[in-house]
Amino acid sequence: MTRTSPSSKPATLKADAVAIQPVTPTQQVIRRFVRHKGAMVGLFILIGIILFIMVGSFVFSEADANRTNTGIRLQPPSAEHPFGTDRIGRDILARTIYGGQISLLIGLLAVIVEVSVGTTVGALAGYYGGWVDAILMRITEAMLSIPSLLLLLVMAKFFGSKIPDVELLGRSFSGSVVVIVLIIGLTSWMGLARIVRSNVLALKETDFILAARALGLPNRRIIMAHILPNTLASIIVALTLGVATAILAEAYVSFLGLGVQAPTASWGNILTEAQEFQIIKDAPWYWFFPSALILLTVLSINFVGDGLRDALDPRSDKKV
Amino acid sequence: MGRYIARRLLQAIPLLLIVSLVIFVLLQSAGDPLATLGGRLPPRPEDRERLRRQLGLDQPVLTQYAYWLLGNDWTRFDMDGDGVAETAGTRRGVLRGDFGTSIVTRQPAIDIILDRLPNTLILMGTSEVLILSFALLIGVISAVRQYTMLDNILTGFSFVTFSTPIFLMAFGLMYIFAVKFREWGLPYFPTISNPAQAKTLGEYIWIMTLPVLTIALISIAAYSRYIRSNMLEVINSDYIRTARAKGISERAILYRHAFKNAALPLATLIGLDLPFMLGGAVVTERIFAWPGMGRLFIDHLGRLDYSVLMGLLMLITVAVVLFQLLTDLVYTWLDPRIRYT
Repeated sequence: MTRTSPSSKPATLKADAVAIQPVTPTQQVIRRFVRHKGAMVGLFILIGIILFIMVGSFVFSEADANRTNTGIRLQPPSAEHPFGTDRIGRDILARTIYGGQISLLIGLLAVIVEVSVGTTVGALAGYYGGWVDAILMRITEAMLSIPSLLLLLVMAKFFGSKIPDVELLGRSFSGSVVVIVLIIGLTSWMGLARIVRSNVLALKETDFILAARALGLPNRRIIMAHILPNTLASIIVALTLGVATAILAEAYVSFLGLGVQAPTASWGNILTEAQEFQIIKDAPWYWFFPSALILLTVLSINFVGDGLRDALDPRSDKKV
Repeated sequence: MGRYIARRLLQAIPLLLIVSLVIFVLLQSAGDPLATLGGRLPPRPEDRERLRRQLGLDQPVLTQYAYWLLGNDWTRFDMDGDGVAETAGTRRGVLRGDFGTSIVTRQPAIDIILDRLPNTLILMGTSEVLILSFALLIGVISAVRQYTMLDNILTGFSFVTFSTPIFLMAFGLMYIFAVKFREWGLPYFPTISNPAQAKTLGEYIWIMTLPVLTIALISIAAYSRYIRSNMLEVINSDYIRTARAKGISERAILYRHAFKNAALPLATLIGLDLPFMLGGAVVTERIFAWPGMGRLFIDHLGRLDYSVLMGLLMLITVAVVLFQLLTDLVYTWLDPRIRYT
């Protein structure tokens, strides 16, 4: 067997011929994400909404959002009140701005709780297996066997007024905000825990984890430094979509009267006051603006999440 | 197979016990069910005390749980507060089919639940049928016409409806079909949907149109996305290419070969979703005043009426466990590649 002998003139590769900028995996992900039209549209709307609620708080003070003026009850949108007024004469624009801050804040914080619990449970169950796995997965199943909104309502009722008001960033938040963050986080981690667990189960068998074990690394370090970074993609996707779910969950619980309590506004509890038929009929601006903002926020986050999923999954080489 | 079923059922017992215990403790520690008793005419403190004793609310939480689960007819209670336990308990416990009595109405909890159950089953069942038929249609069409104009429109549309909060859908439908239709002199739909008012089947359908649409429109989106991605996966698989290579008509490939396999995971999804229908649609039922399980839950949660709440939640949990098992069994029949031992 002879190797194909090099031709008389060996083809030499010059350095500059291959000097194409190497693309790191992160750059690939960013590139795929930027090319995803839906994700870009979503990101654009999302930035718009964030600007709306941020800039808005310089235009209106929180006192504006809570100032009642029964002389101008249920006014339709006008130059002075672009979103109209509610039934005790509060400016709905100002209330949606401050309500939006609360709703988005709750969405973000609840997801942090969700991801911490879900990742911990999933990683422990997947990595240690055995009875740890059995117990944790039974708990996960138990929580999955109750409709999530009903569980959320039971928890909301349980924590009720057990948490006092908190001061944060110079503003006072109703204790109900903390409650709602906790309970949404604590009732939504199960899906993520299962995803992380199955990822960890697969990763555990790989050679590089075997190597890490052979080197005598402590379990803690193997999980934190070697296993979890490899499950980051699914965690990021779940986290993004989780924010949308959490915003909706907050809206529903507040709508049913067990969530964020007045006078603190949230997109959900503005709608609680708007559910009378007279208001639905005669003051459509009252329910339309807050719920349209929820729709836009949830929609844009879902778009971004979808784009991230496609961008982070190296197998998805589909055209977008 | 028999051993598999037995094992699954045995595993369900600790699950049900844990769920019931945790929910019971949460509900019993959430507040005092008698706090709102009497409304504007609160009872005297000694009457309140007597009532707590008679309802057994003065017992420790775990004791109350034991009575709820096993009944209390083997022991005696001190009802009149003289320190002598003289009255025999009458409750037989959930395990013997007694769900206790509602604190609010003094009716057996199970009667209250069963009274509402048909309403919820009709509302959710109709919605589910609509959801499945439209989701299948939309999912298959957008998979077959992937990346065409039609697919893009359907995809965009499902993203929007999927992200729509229930109240926007409900209020919007009410505003158009109840308020505006009335103004325009068209036949309009009622906004309060009480099935008890319906005398004929036609009226019944008329009354539940808006709540059913609210539930269905939002869920069609999620289901159709799922069907689309399953269908795409199957269409792009090797055996479909083989079928094409053999010259089978595109129609036969789609319905005889692709659809069957694409619908398999759907069976799981339906099987897992069906029991949750028992919980009703809390927000939709609240908005349209539909007297179903969701509204029952939220109304009785306000009064902390634990017998009704526990009965309702346990009914759903048991249904979830049974349907999971049933789904797995049906799956072995649908997909002979899967075997349980």
